[in-house]
Amino acid sequence: MAVIELAGIERIFHLGDSVVHALTHLDVGIEAGEYVAIMGPSGSGKSTLLNLLGLLDRPDAGSYRLEGRDVTTLSPDEQAAVRSQRIGFVFQSFHLVPRLTAAENIGLPMMLAGIPAAERARRVTQALKDFGLDQRADHRPDQLSGGQRQRVAIARATIMQPAVLLADEPTGNLDRATGEDVIHLLEVLNQRGMTLIVVTHDPKIGTRARRQLLMEDGELRHDSAAVHLRSVDDNPPGPLSGKGGDDVSPAAPALGERSAPSSTA
Amino acid sequence: MRTADVLRFARDAAAGYPLRTALSVLAMAIGVAAVVVLTSLGDGARRYVVEQFSALGSNLVIVLPGRSATGGFSPANAVTTTPRDLTVDDAAALIRLPAVRRVAPVVAGNSEINANGRLRETVVAGTVASYRDIRSFKMAQGTFLPEADWNRGALVAVIGAKIQEEIFAGRPAVGELIRLGDRRLRIVGVLKSVGQGLGMNTDELVFVPVSVAQSLFNTHTLFRVLVEARSRDDLEAVKREVTALLKARHGGEEDVTVITQDAVLATFDKLLRALTAAVAGIAAISLAVAGILVMNVMLVAVTQRTAEIGLLKALGARGATIRDAFLAEAAMISLAGALTGYGLGLFGAFVLRQMYPVFPAYPPDWAVIAALATALGTGLLFGIMPARRAARLDPVQALMKH
Ligand SMILES: Nc1ncnc2c1ncn2[C@@H]1O[C@H](COP(=O)(O)OP(=O)(O)OP(=O)(O)O)[C@@H](O)[C@H]1O
Ligand SMILES: [Mg+2]
Repeated sequence: MAVIELAGIERIFHLGDSVVHALTHLDVGIEAGEYVAIMGPSGSGKSTLLNLLGLLDRPDAGSYRLEGRDVTTLSPDEQAAVRSQRIGFVFQSFHLVPRLTAAENIGLPMMLAGIPAAERARRVTQALKDFGLDQRADHRPDQLSGGQRQRVAIARATIMQPAVLLADEPTGNLDRATGEDVIHLLEVLNQRGMTLIVVTHDPKIGTRARRQLLMEDGELRHDSAAVHLRSVDDNPPGPLSGKGGDDVSPAAPALGERSAPSSTA
Repeated sequence: MRTADVLRFARDAAAGYPLRTALSVLAMAIGVAAVVVLTSLGDGARRYVVEQFSALGSNLVIVLPGRSATGGFSPANAVTTTPRDLTVDDAAALIRLPAVRRVAPVVAGNSEINANGRLRETVVAGTVASYRDIRSFKMAQGTFLPEADWNRGALVAVIGAKIQEEIFAGRPAVGELIRLGDRRLRIVGVLKSVGQGLGMNTDELVFVPVSVAQSLFNTHTLFRVLVEARSRDDLEAVKREVTALLKARHGGEEDVTVITQDAVLATFDKLLRALTAAVAGIAAISLAVAGILVMNVMLVAVTQRTAEIGLLKALGARGATIRDAFLAEAAMISLAGALTGYGLGLFGAFVLRQMYPVFPAYPPDWAVIAALATALGTGLLFGIMPARRAARLDPVQALMKH
């Protein structure tokens, strides 16, 4: 079953007199449990697409069905409920609340959802263990390394057991080793059934995904779904907190940074 | 989000910026403390006056020569116009009225008292024996003025405690001679000290028979006549009877003013209540200023925490949840300020009472409730705008701020 179905999506920004077509004619379907990398040059609409998928933004035209339900017509509160229950976000800059501890940051979505404190504590404890953070429970973000911060952010994004995990350049602020670590963590979550959509500039990371979407000027230029070659068993599951050490050979051509401007006057 | 969690979240957010929070709490506290202290002063003054009046005796009707302009009493028109003499005989006639228990005519003036080789200026009150019962005076030594014909008083005097202190250095004074103007009088009694009173301090008075004072000051008219009713319920009857009788005696002209102590008291009470309310109102302006400060602080908080608000939305927070969290924060700052201010205000009133022990400087309940409610109200009111702004932030834009 397609967890995400986009049809005829348009997203237009008006900047003074100029009109920016951040997304045009977008038709994409993503199956439950897929691992998708969204790539493309800067300004090609990757973040816009991800925000739309995460219901942080609304398309100007087209329909978006999440788990078979049209979510573009929902009220803001209903959309908030969908974000709370079905969607997890991981950001490049972590976005941890600085005054809250690691445990409190992880528990934040549950607190917002009104889950009782005892249940929250139980699940946070489990998450801290799963993500190898049990020693860091009471540390504030500024007392954590970048990799630890992103692990806290991932724990937070998954604590509500969402259907879809959206990550916008999750390794952008990390060194390569730590970045691989984080990607591996996300992949393990994907192997456990969570649909994973990662925006990345890094071709090495992008090619690890089973499917690549290449964006350009707000359009979908290339979808590797048709020429999908990799088998699921290429990437064996490991412990969430461990290193994803195996060397992944690129299965799709590397995508360099392109600097084509996407805005049209 | 659960209410307890909203409150905890708001508390942690406020605690996350201690200086800013402390300053707005302080502003709110100063406002509330100002209301508490100033109304303590105002209401203290009111209680003080009421207590002093009550000490005068409660069933009292006072007759003043001259008709006051409005017929009512107020400090402004207490100065009466074109009086016909209010005489000792007028006063004597009042005793026969059925609702009247006691009557005391009073004449007052300044004179020099000369005794024991010392000289001082003093206020001399000419009155009669019943005055002591009306005012419930206690004697330290001797007796008060003797019962006698009001028009033929003996050459005797009763002095206040302070006069005794200053002229006789505290030695027993009964039997001593004093000179008042050109009269020589024998002291028959010394009054017990009653401390500071309203207006005239009886400790510094010299009492002489009314006829002696009249000849001393060469006057026929009385300063006033004190009339004591048989009971509190008789006050209005006494007022009516006294007015009618004096009108009849003065050739049909209503040329005296009859006031009850209640009326005087009510006027002062009203006046000082209004004053207290006015002072409270002025102090409340500082509460409005504090409210605006809280709004400013909350607006800064929204700007500073824009990214956090975007995150909360991405994590599934509804607009209402974010609004409530910021409102709760504003309310907490206001509440903390109000309680701190209340404590400060009570302390201020306590210091006032220590400095001026006779002055009952306690804040009235209404002022405390009004101050706390206004503090909370303005905090919440001025918190609404920033909270709504936070709730309306576009999550994508908000997340990009960092
Ligand atoms: N709020 C906005 N107002 C106006 N234009 C916008 C807005 N958000 C995005 N855009 C424009 O839409 C286009 C797509 O932006 P988007 O952020 O999706 O690019 P991106 O692929 O994520 O780029 P990058 O790799 O640099 O993050 C860009 O041209 C951008 O300038
Ligand atoms: Mg982007």
